[in-house]
Amino acid sequence: MAEQVIPTKKMPPGLQVENVDDRIMTLNVGPQHPGSGHMRIIVKIDGDYIVDADPDPGYVHRGEEKMAESRNYITNIPHLERPVIHDSCNILYPYVLGVEDLVGIEVPERAKYVRVIAAELNRCIYIQYWLAIYGIFLGHSTMFMWPAGDRELLIDLMEKITGARVTHAYFIPGGVRNDVPANFEDVCLRQVNYFEKRIKEYADIFYDNPILKARTEDTGVLSREDAIRLGTTGSVLRASGVDYDLRIKEPYDVYDELDVHTNVLKSGDSYARSKIPWLDMLESCNIIRQALEKMPKSGSIRTKLKPNPKGREDEVYRRVESGRGSAGCHIISRGKPEPYRLKLSVSSFRNLIALPYLLKGEKLGNMPAVYWSLNYWPVEADR
Amino acid sequence: MLKELVTPQNANVFVGKLGDILYKAVDQPLGMAINWGRMWSLWPVHIETACCSVEFGAASSPRYDVERFGIIEAFGSLRQCDLVVVQGTITRKMAPRLRLVYDQMPEPKYVIAMGACAITGGLYFDSYNVLPGIDGILPVDVYVPGCPPRPETLIQGCMLLQEKIKRMKAR
Amino acid sequence: MSKSEKKVTSKDEDKKKSDEKAIGDAIIAAANARREELAKEALATRSNKTLPKEVKEKPKEEKPKESKPKEEKPKESKPKEEKPKESKPKEEKPKATPPSKTDTEEESLPEFEKSFVDKISSQFTDDVEVGYIKENRTRVNVKKEKILEVAQFIKDNLPFDHAESVTGVDFPEDKEIGVVYHLGSYTDPTYSKQVLALATRVPREENPNPGNDSTKLPSLRDMFYSVEFHEREIFEMLGVYFESHPDNRRLLLPEDWADLPPLRKDFRNKGR
Ligand code: SF4
Repeated sequence: MAEQVIPTKKMPPGLQVENVDDRIMTLNVGPQHPGSGHMRIIVKIDGDYIVDADPDPGYVHRGEEKMAESRNYITNIPHLERPVIHDSCNILYPYVLGVEDLVGIEVPERAKYVRVIAAELNRCIYIQYWLAIYGIFLGHSTMFMWPAGDRELLIDLMEKITGARVTHAYFIPGGVRNDVPANFEDVCLRQVNYFEKRIKEYADIFYDNPILKARTEDTGVLSREDAIRLGTTGSVLRASGVDYDLRIKEPYDVYDELDVHTNVLKSGDSYARSKIPWLDMLESCNIIRQALEKMPKSGSIRTKLKPNPKGREDEVYRRVESGRGSAGCHIISRGKPEPYRLKLSVSSFRNLIALPYLLKGEKLGNMPAVYWSLNYWPVEADR
Repeated sequence: MLKELVTPQNANVFVGKLGDILYKAVDQPLGMAINWGRMWSLWPVHIETACCSVEFGAASSPRYDVERFGIIEAFGSLRQCDLVVVQGTITRKMAPRLRLVYDQMPEPKYVIAMGACAITGGLYFDSYNVLPGIDGILPVDVYVPGCPPRPETLIQGCMLLQEKIKRMKAR
Repeated sequence: MSKSEKKVTSKDEDKKKSDEKAIGDAIIAAANARREELAKEALATRSNKTLPKEVKEKPKEEKPKESKPKEEKPKESKPKEEKPKESKPKEEKPKATPPSKTDTEEESLPEFEKSFVDKISSQFTDDVEVGYIKENRTRVNVKKEKILEVAQFIKDNLPFDHAESVTGVDFPEDKEIGVVYHLGSYTDPTYSKQVLALATRVPREENPNPGNDSTKLPSLRDMFYSVEFHEREIFEMLGVYFESHPDNRRLLLPEDWADLPPLRKDFRNKGR
């Protein structure tokens, strides 16, 4: 506290600030700014302290929900995964589950396991990218290089299954698009074991690093009550001590047959928020190993759909735990091949409300640490 | 002899002629040298516009490492940049900002349109808020197709740009 | 002697230092106080509330007081509002299919879900109509005038503590716009699977003039703080104005947007 002396008394008369409001400066951070990505934050600062913050998203608003109303249930798949291309399986998951409810088809057992494995692999890929950017935001170049390099291991694995680097379009109503390759289980097990060994090393270089702790501990503290009241989700919620993970609370597909643990930290600061995804990755490795063990060795991987499936006249709301938190999809169907209304309730948009709340009273230099710890991906929030 | 030729009356003409000759002699090698310098130190602007930025980020990861080819990682200020990689969809809200970024950069500057969205609008050809390609707002040098382009494709695009710079007339 | 003098001087210096420190501390304290005031003022300009933490405590104290008169209100107002109820069935036509299904399968209705929906429907008999009761998903349709009271009742008596998403749907045939709040619960583990859809409808106008026409709805921000950005999104996407919302500004669309709100059905994408 002692360094924060503001020389108000001995300023020369010309510089003396009489009116308090004159001290507040408005600062535009973004949309071209290494610390903000594709969004703008309008911050009001008093000296070094943020008094008010007003996020201004919408730079990537592409009208996905409107477009979905003029495409049928199958052609909707590729563009609905575009909001988060590096977590494409998980963002597509609620939509696919919802369409399955509406059309009324069963998914084969093997396809469910393949889905779980693909979703968990994709979660790791997403978190690795997020971690890489978090590292470079905090000026930790090694933490950009390591996750960005290790991420390629799993991308190779996904490429073997789906044929694409990031945009997989792998989940379809009724199962998955194609079967896994012949020796997939061995390769997957080997890669995942190596990957787990690698990410355990991040603790030494990043999470036990005193510089990181100094920058992130006790910054942007979100209490348990506020996390609930603001309706945050995913890693933000679990870092504040609320035990809520949809894989356990509302298990979809085969998550109820697997032994899933969730990670909860109490402190609710940026450090906890940055550590939860890393713990999630370790948990994902466990889930993948279990799923590989329990997966039926043969069987069909999808139920064939009719060419232009029509949803029954109803509405569904399905949720899924994605790499960032709960991803929901609300589909209203009127018995046509196209949805009448489709709403993506995405976690980035839900966590955005915590940003102005957390930034208030924080130092300006802490803004990147707080902002990116919210697990925010602007393209997803804008849809 | 030189003293006789250069009288105070025709000194201006003589100097001008000499300058022309010198310029002609030096222009080509100097231009090549300048182009050579520009070619191997392309500084991209850090402006992410949509999801293609994931693959742009992956291109500077250890596996692909664009720095091998003389493209520096995008962490610089606008005033020292000479390359805009338009990473995907340009919405109507982003378009004026993109032009603003371009206008702030010093000459010479080059533009790479990355991804189907930046070229024609791509997947979002019928969306109400997306521009059908960036040709209307920026002069594009190289188009890199794909949705998203693989990092290899982006690197190939950058090398094409280098090839283009090599043959350009240095200004 | 010299040592003692030095000591004396050093003591004086210490005193001076301590005085300076005291002055410095005072300045720091004053600056901090000012900063807090500024933060409060800046906050107050942006929202009605001074500090979110204070807000949290206040409603809790007020709620029980408020809820008591509300329990009495509906009983009194029942006879008065029977007339509008008769005109309601028109709105329920699109949702007529789910109730008919539930009628036939009434025995197989999930019990737990039914129990808490019954709580709401017994409290507001006339103004609340059950949309559907499915496993983990329930929906109640509420009249526009009663939405605040029903939301307050749900907040006070059921463990739903946050809104997950707010969906706006356009129904041009009924000349109405539907707004669906999806409520969830973090605190109560027995309710963690449940999503309660609180749906209402507002009149729709052919030539929308967002903010100045009859397409208005009271904001639920006071009960469920998390709807703030969702409601802003619905305002620009469908033109539903939320009264008592602190800033109904544009969120996602470009600043110069002068067309219809894009999610209305009469706004068409090119070529569709
Ligand atoms: S080209 Fe594809 S990946 Fe790139 S911005 Fe467009 S939709 Fe996204």
